[in-house]
Amino acid sequence: MTHTAASGRNRSRLAGILIWAGPLVFLLLFYFFPLGSILDAGLSRAESGAAAPLLEAWRSPITRRALWFTTWQAAVSTLLTLLVGLPGAYLFARYQFRGKRMLQALAGIPFVMPTLVVAAAFNALLGPRGWVNIGLMALFDLAAPPIQFSQTLGAILLAHVFYNTTIVLRMVGDFWAHLDPRLQSAARTLGASPWQTARRVTLPLLLPAILAAALLVFIFDFSSFGVILILGGPAFITLEVEIFYQTTSLFNLPLAAALSVIQLVCNLALTIAYTRLSNRISRPLTLRARRGIQRPLRGLKQRLTAGAVIILIFSLLLTPLAALAVRSVTRLEPERGSTTVASGFTLDFYRALAEDPRQSIFYGPPSEAIAVSLSYAALTVVFSLLLGIPAAWALARRGDSTLSRVFDPIIMLPMGTSAVTLGLGFIVALSGPPLYLSTSPLLIPFAHTLVAFPFTVRSLTPALRSIQPRLHLAAASLGARPGQIFRAIDLPLAGRAAIVAATFAFTISLGEFGATAVIARPEYATIPIAIYRFLGQPGAMNYGQALALSTILMVVSGGGLLFIERLRIGDIGEF
Amino acid sequence: MKKTYPIMLAALMFIISACSPKAEPDTLTVMTHDSFSISEDVVAAFEDMYGVEVRFLKLGDAGSALNKAILSMDAPLADVFYGVDNTFLSRALEEGVFEPYESPMLASIPAEFLLDDEFRVVPIDYGDVCLNIDLDYFAEQGLEAPSSLDDLLDPAYAGLLVVENPATSSPGMAFLLATIGHFGESHYLEYWRALVENDVLIVNDWETAYYAEFSRWGGTRPIVVSYGSSPPFEMIYAEEPMQSPATAAITADDTCYRQIEFAGILTGTTHRELAEAWIDFMLSPAFQEDLPMQMFMFPVNPDAQLDETFVEFLAIPEQPVVVSSEAIVDNREAWLEAWRGVVLQ
Repeated sequence: MTHTAASGRNRSRLAGILIWAGPLVFLLLFYFFPLGSILDAGLSRAESGAAAPLLEAWRSPITRRALWFTTWQAAVSTLLTLLVGLPGAYLFARYQFRGKRMLQALAGIPFVMPTLVVAAAFNALLGPRGWVNIGLMALFDLAAPPIQFSQTLGAILLAHVFYNTTIVLRMVGDFWAHLDPRLQSAARTLGASPWQTARRVTLPLLLPAILAAALLVFIFDFSSFGVILILGGPAFITLEVEIFYQTTSLFNLPLAAALSVIQLVCNLALTIAYTRLSNRISRPLTLRARRGIQRPLRGLKQRLTAGAVIILIFSLLLTPLAALAVRSVTRLEPERGSTTVASGFTLDFYRALAEDPRQSIFYGPPSEAIAVSLSYAALTVVFSLLLGIPAAWALARRGDSTLSRVFDPIIMLPMGTSAVTLGLGFIVALSGPPLYLSTSPLLIPFAHTLVAFPFTVRSLTPALRSIQPRLHLAAASLGARPGQIFRAIDLPLAGRAAIVAATFAFTISLGEFGATAVIARPEYATIPIAIYRFLGQPGAMNYGQALALSTILMVVSGGGLLFIERLRIGDIGEF
Repeated sequence: MKKTYPIMLAALMFIISACSPKAEPDTLTVMTHDSFSISEDVVAAFEDMYGVEVRFLKLGDAGSALNKAILSMDAPLADVFYGVDNTFLSRALEEGVFEPYESPMLASIPAEFLLDDEFRVVPIDYGDVCLNIDLDYFAEQGLEAPSSLDDLLDPAYAGLLVVENPATSSPGMAFLLATIGHFGESHYLEYWRALVENDVLIVNDWETAYYAEFSRWGGTRPIVVSYGSSPPFEMIYAEEPMQSPATAAITADDTCYRQIEFAGILTGTTHRELAEAWIDFMLSPAFQEDLPMQMFMFPVNPDAQLDETFVEFLAIPEQPVVVSSEAIVDNREAWLEAWRGVVLQ
């Protein structure tokens, strides 16, 4: 008896290790090894020992200021994102209406857009000569643009909301969509007010998903770089911006390494706190098919509320994108001799994309960049699901095993790690023996998977965790093997979450710029890379082509998102 | 399951094609920055001549690319590095990333470009960072264009100038060096304080300065720090052919800073001879004449002929600000930190 129990435990420990093996090897190779190498290379350059830069960084007033600003702007951005995202998540979760799928796909597009493009989009809308300012100036007969948007804190916060609302919409929305509404009905029947029901029933049940989404949003905002640099300007310094400055401008690698360590420790502390909390609050639920939950909008009040939420999401997320698309088919060059803004329809920028008067060796038609981008994105989806499903399963099923407790926070680390530092780490660690990988095009989907993997795990875990254990027990007692149980119960029940996970992996890869630029083989240029090439040069045709390509990126990612939405593997996704 | 097959298949094909060993004769790898460009037939000419394949690696902006060359010294990613400029040269030489090579082609290159007497790097091209102005704005306002750095402190130009942050942008750094060269180490910070008083706008990157704040494009400020070659760029990449330029570079004495770009053979290359041949090739007219239209930089080789459109609207400053390379080596970081302390407070 004791013997079989022990061997059973051993077998289960072995299974635990096997499940973790894939994600672990991946993280070791593509995260810990490069990161360790660059931190070591940086800190060992310090003349007075590795501890000196750490102390210097910690004592420096600039670090303190950067750390404080990084933290509070991330906190405020996260709160605002939740504020905008939660009503939308509710609407998407509980109601069925026309155009919903389209709206959800559109809301995912901002996530894909490179920062310089987002800056151009906001500039077309809110810049000194953007349409809003022009309109206001004409309306009130003003001499100067009334709205100062770029280079303000408001721009940073708005851009963060713009980017990350889709995380809340998807992660919370999809969880909410399967929450059994009978629980709320029961509470109401028992005499609870709508407010009491929301506070004591709905919110506690939703909390795991809300926390998971908030954590991801916070980590994104915490390590924000492009938005701070381009839309915020020199007055705003986050840790990541300071790391970039120390690395690129000053080549102070010891200090940059020390700052990266501080950033990492902050993220680790946060994720540990999160995992503790989320283990305590999540509980098994009876998830229900969306069909039984979602109903059409009824009555004027519901329609008006829904309309208001949709308008809010639309105006925040879609008007900048629309402004960008319109710009790409509008003449840019002001009339000579006047300083008014040009107008008039043109397709010149799109036509120009198909040719290259310079005969540059690096030129490729947009179809090529689209193909490269989509290949990378598809690979990222495959890799991050292959790694994410076992990891999420282990976290959900064996949440209290030691392995799971250790790995849970670690999975999140790559997202919160300085991209500048990690990029250099790839060069240091992977260029030499034994891997000789740093110029391989495959490295790019690997790098994308590093960022996408936490998303897949976070999207899948709440769904897997909420599956009633008695379903497994029942299946097991009927003689099903673990693999069968997974296929017959977990996969169908979590299929929807898998699609959410795939969506994130796809968008992350499509829009990612940093790693792609680090490991650039110019012959495999992605759409964002091609956009940046145009944006880096003066002249209407260059700017116009950048806008046209950005619009193409929008269409490609919107199409991709709709396609993933429609993916149904048998019963999966629509249980 | 059916629908996922095409994706899986595509992915698989991709992996196979990426992993399969390529039967190449010999490959020369050139590491460079994002702005590098070259005509297809120019590369082909070199490849045919030496029966070799040239592969390019673009590793970010000039500073980042150099960092990566330094950090991969133990296992060099490439044979040649192109694109370190005089503001970053000190870092490259101190770290020892380059092997000396005295190209015979250097004989015809003007001495002003030869900044390393040990020949670890050779100059390839140069370009000037200059103030650019929106001509239509100045005409409309009946305002005279500034003609010196001191002019920018004139209240008439208050709120008209946008510059890039030297801590994050290479033209920004060049403009900082112009002010240091012109006003001297002891007075440049005063000048910057006065610029701030006169409502200068500092942004982090060239794209924002030029496309979002410059009045020619999305902004309201008619003076921007950009390149001397930006006005011809505007002509060549105009939507409709332009009769006269819409912007102009101010090339008055002591206003521009000259960036010189260098190439060098990376320490530890296994293709030393090919690398030498490539360096010679970069200095030859074939490559030098290709430069301007590809990268809008000027050839250092005086024998290279320039494209007509380019010459017509191009103003090359006769007397750019000079900051000695020794001074940059010694003070680059200190200047930046002092600037940051004063201006970004």
